Amino acid sequence: MKSVQPAKRHWYHYLWLYSLFFFAAGFFNILFAWLGLVSFLLPFVFAFGFGTKGFCNRYCDRGQFLRMFGGQLGLSRGHAMPAWMKSKPFRYAFMVFFFAMFGNIVYTTWLIAHGAGSLSEVITILWSVRVPWQWAYAGGVEPWIASFAFQLYSLMLTSEIIALATMLWFRPRSWCVYCPMGTLTQLICKRKASSEEKTQEGDFAK
Amino acid sequence: MGSKRIAVPDREACAACGSCMDVCPRKAISIFRGSYAVVDATRCVGCGMCSRVCPAGVILMEVRP
Repeated sequence: MKSVQPAKRHWYHYLWLYSLFFFAAGFFNILFAWLGLVSFLLPFVFAFGFGTKGFCNRYCDRGQFLRMFGGQLGLSRGHAMPAWMKSKPFRYAFMVFFFAMFGNIVYTTWLIAHGAGSLSEVITILWSVRVPWQWAYAGGVEPWIASFAFQLYSLMLTSEIIALATMLWFRPRSWCVYCPMGTLTQLICKRKASSEEKTQEGDFAK
Repeated sequence: MGSKRIAVPDREACAACGSCMDVCPRKAISIFRGSYAVVDATRCVGCGMCSRVCPAGVILMEVRP
């Protein structure tokens, strides 16, 4: 795909650096993976607090990473996304699946915190491929804290790999179409907008 | 005098990701309340940048009525 530049450069266009930092930091010390919770919480701040997808639109580091590498650097092939992938049933099902996976992470962490499980120092990619990652944990915290970090990093890396795959084959920010956080915050925003019964076209999230 | 073409987003299919808003040279497209993209017909010049970048491919360039 031919290089696509933003209309005007802003500081948030460089947030893709945070994506690199997150994955690099987690490679050396898995406890950095807890920073991933910021990416889960901030979208809700915008949705519930301001009724917008402001995080998605500007401040999502993954979105900026995909824009930068797929769009600005032109790595995307630009094929059209299939209809099923952008359909509401798939987006909702993918959202439910991802939150079920996150729920499983919380459950497993809870089990370990109560001595009913043991820490596994691996990263699991695509929910199936286990990769040793023990060098990134030197002890010093409760096992459940480390376990949550390993599992959250696994989820973030898995979704990043999926996002990169669709970025390369389709358009840069293809992940944004079916991103679980994007789908959920859009639902929140639509519900919020309809309940407030405002129909003024001038109320833009610029 | 308006442009011959204008961007027309599909509100139902739009994921409100904001990719279109980011590339528009005229600030003619925005995300309405985190729900869908809307086009300011007085600012849109029909360049097609938004349509090209939209990951869901839900923005069509149509001849102005």
